[in-house]
Amino acid sequence: MSDQLKRSNEPVFWLLFGAGGMLAALIGAALVFVLVFAVPLGLMPEAALSYGAARAFAQHWLAKAFLFVVVSLFFWHAVHRIFHSLHDIGVHAGRGARVLVYGSALAGTVAAAFALALIGG
Amino acid sequence: MSKRRPYVRPMDGWFKRDPFFIEYMAHEGTAVFVWLFALEMLAGLFALAAGEAAWGGFTAFLASVPGLLLNGLILVMLLYHGVSWFLIMPRTLPPVRVGGRKVPGSTISAVGLAAMLVASFAVVGFFCLLANGGQG
Repeated sequence: MSDQLKRSNEPVFWLLFGAGGMLAALIGAALVFVLVFAVPLGLMPEAALSYGAARAFAQHWLAKAFLFVVVSLFFWHAVHRIFHSLHDIGVHAGRGARVLVYGSALAGTVAAAFALALIGG
Repeated sequence: MSKRRPYVRPMDGWFKRDPFFIEYMAHEGTAVFVWLFALEMLAGLFALAAGEAAWGGFTAFLASVPGLLLNGLILVMLLYHGVSWFLIMPRTLPPVRVGGRKVPGSTISAVGLAAMLVASFAVVGFFCLLANGGQG
């Protein structure tokens, strides 16, 4: 190794993994329940998922921020964990796979921002 | 080139050797479902941006039998992710000290699971109030 220690980018990805994992652990199941099962179970009126209600919700800046954080962090958490599990099942992925995997999370992040921008305010 | 063929211990299905490893693979596998839910939400955002017809298609999928089955599986896996996340936490967190004394792992897990319970009910309660109160 050279006299200068090589810097690793791992802490950045680990932090995103940890933040996404914590968020998913705290409220992930609750979000699935609200989006998919609250209306069929009668906890919410059907109108709650109507186009008008959903759009009005997603146009609020706070909801936008929340949706962006949830979607992007869930992507970062998932790809990091899946990537490291590949090694455990005998797929020893290299640098190319790393770029592809984290690139997909980046694409998901950009796409979420793009969709939220399209929805407008 | 060496002609030696040293014995390499086969690693196929290594995690089936020990229940601890099976649990490890199970909780790592929840990431696939976290990814699926992120993708589903992203699809929902694009449907919402595209207009009423696209959004109608998205909610029709959520209410369909395949949609309910898939999301039921996602719900179970996210619950498992949450529970396992806090059960492992004593090993993933650096030692926590309060008042100079090391906090036992069981306390860390219990606090985490309690936080998960409170946060989950808060989220469900918030959205139910929002939907039933009629306030956008």
